Amino acid sequence: MKRHILSIIVENNAGVLARVSSLFGRRGYNIDSLTVSETNSPGTSNITLTVTGDESILEQIIKQLCKLIEVISVKHLADNTALSRELLLIKIKIDAATRAELREISDIYEASIVDLAPGSMMIELTGTTQKIDAFLLNLRVYPILEMCRTGVTALERDSAVK
Amino acid sequence: MQKNGSEIIMEVLLEQGVDTIFGYPGGAVLNIYDALYRYGDRIRHILTAHEQGASHAADGYARATGKPGVVFATSGPGATNLVTGLATAFMDSIPVIAITGNVSTELLGKDSFQEVFITGITMPITKHNYVVRDVTKLADTLRRAFEIATGGRPGPVLIDIPKDVSAALCDYEPKKPSEKKKDSFVDEGQLTEIAELLNNSKRPVMLYGGGVVASNASGLVMQLIKKAKIPSCHTIMGTGVLPCGDPYNLGIIGMHGSVSASMAVQQADVLLAVGARFSDRVATNAGKFAKDSKIIHIDIDPAEINKNVTIDYSLIGDVHAVFERLLPMIKERQDENWLEEIRSLGLKEYIPDESCDKLKPHNIIRDIFEIFGNKIIMTTDVGQHQMWAAQYSRAENPRDFLTSGGLGTMGYGYGAAIGAACGRPGTKVVHVTGDGSFHMNLNELCTSVSHELPITTVLFNNNALGMVYQWQKSFYEGRLSYTVPNRKTDFVCLAEAFGAKGVRCETREELCRALEEAASRQGPTVIECILSCEERVLPMIPAGQTIDDIILE
Repeated sequence: MKRHILSIIVENNAGVLARVSSLFGRRGYNIDSLTVSETNSPGTSNITLTVTGDESILEQIIKQLCKLIEVISVKHLADNTALSRELLLIKIKIDAATRAELREISDIYEASIVDLAPGSMMIELTGTTQKIDAFLLNLRVYPILEMCRTGVTALERDSAVK
Repeated sequence: MQKNGSEIIMEVLLEQGVDTIFGYPGGAVLNIYDALYRYGDRIRHILTAHEQGASHAADGYARATGKPGVVFATSGPGATNLVTGLATAFMDSIPVIAITGNVSTELLGKDSFQEVFITGITMPITKHNYVVRDVTKLADTLRRAFEIATGGRPGPVLIDIPKDVSAALCDYEPKKPSEKKKDSFVDEGQLTEIAELLNNSKRPVMLYGGGVVASNASGLVMQLIKKAKIPSCHTIMGTGVLPCGDPYNLGIIGMHGSVSASMAVQQADVLLAVGARFSDRVATNAGKFAKDSKIIHIDIDPAEINKNVTIDYSLIGDVHAVFERLLPMIKERQDENWLEEIRSLGLKEYIPDESCDKLKPHNIIRDIFEIFGNKIIMTTDVGQHQMWAAQYSRAENPRDFLTSGGLGTMGYGYGAAIGAACGRPGTKVVHVTGDGSFHMNLNELCTSVSHELPITTVLFNNNALGMVYQWQKSFYEGRLSYTVPNRKTDFVCLAEAFGAKGVRCETREELCRALEEAASRQGPTVIECILSCEERVLPMIPAGQTIDDIILE
């Protein structure tokens, strides 16, 4: 079972997100992450979805999405031809010793420390899902207070060799 | 020209050629009904007893005529009562336009009196739906709704109109509906491939479904069947595409289909599926269905390809457009060996017991056609009677057998009969039902009495919820859990109480007399037929199994 990224352009109407997500619920497809944003053309939004499933499930998902009246296009973004990014914000409890350690780990991953309080630190990291997963692996030993991830957003690369 | 929202609704309905609406008034549609009052000379409104009946009537009207059916309901409970009807239409791809009123825009979202979020509720059971919050968008939204409902794979569309929008004034510009452009694109390469495959096949079989009816392609489909000598079976939704008794018609396939249909598909080298979707009632075991044949699938909906059964060759398009192109590419077949083989399968067919004078399901259906003729519209509810009606139907044309195929909606039949009778006046309508189904929506008898609709209900009364009873006997060691309701309903008195004619029959002689009388009457009749609850629908392929596991006795 592979992870797939779908980039869906939709008409920016009230309820369009509910339509897309209810389709997934009804057909039993699992959404791993979902982000919605405006695009450069007025009246349209981009929904970037990641789903896990085999090829036949992916084929059904794409075809069922295309049937929604407000869906303008559905693009399946392949890992080698698209750039994908996620944003992580994580808040960790610190003391004198761990503060330096966390700085060092952040440097390795090129993450930024965006907030510092006497007892906690907030770190921001942008990168691929794999990079963020790896970063979190290293932070697991520290007392994590809160965290959130935005989910994947992605665009096709024109420079990609097909 | 300034008009209010409600008048705009009427104008657009007239633009679209709507002359009949089914519905029920209420607070949030007062403005709309006020306009309807003034447009009464051009638009007929059929008031039902319940919005569910109206939704089934709009569906039945659409199935019987091929035109979209229109239903009106008020907000809240009025709108929720449409839900089963919309889901029924959605599953069978029937074009229905539902117009619901809602509370005024400033009251939306405040749990106002009779407010529900009907577009949220109906999202997964409509092809699309709208809330119109701005009267200037009303006309075009309604026009677009008709395009969506009737275009591509048809389906229901709901438009929710808040009360202030149906009252607001705005300019109205009449617009003729855009020439219906049928999607006529057909992939040339795939077409050639399919034609070759069919021309080179030795044992082809066709399986057609409701898509053929929806695209009005039965004439072309029939021509191709005869030209290429392809024995054909169908889903319940394809009933009437080939007339019953046609030598190429093997009948229904699937759980309660004919033996020859299932065996033909099992032995086919090429299976041509047209406008059908391999539901679990057709391909009872999707993995083993037609596993030795190359499957060609022609459908207008790309999502149906490979959804349930793995397809070898597919072609996306309107069946009519595809068959127009395919027909000249198909060679006339001379060889009749395959047909001969198929005919011999008929010897293995299930034959119902004829040995007693009591009423038997197959005889009831036969007697209906014997006395009313084959040119009737038959509607059914859901259960054993539905399967018997389908198995012994003598429908000669599509749109003459109306049944809830996909959703299996008990209580569908009477509303559908009302819709059919309104859509095709002059054609007799026979509603076949069971005591379980009829109890669900029998209130609509009052509607056909008010409008003197020529609907004859033939009620299979076995004092049991027969289909579930049959499954409990066959698969649950006879534990009859709530399938023998012990009701004391006097259906003759009931019919009379509504102002209809009621007759009770226990023998074929009584039945034939009752049918003859009903056929000559103007208004509705209810004919109650007393049956044994031990009558079973046979043959039967249990769910998940194949023709090898068919139950014949």
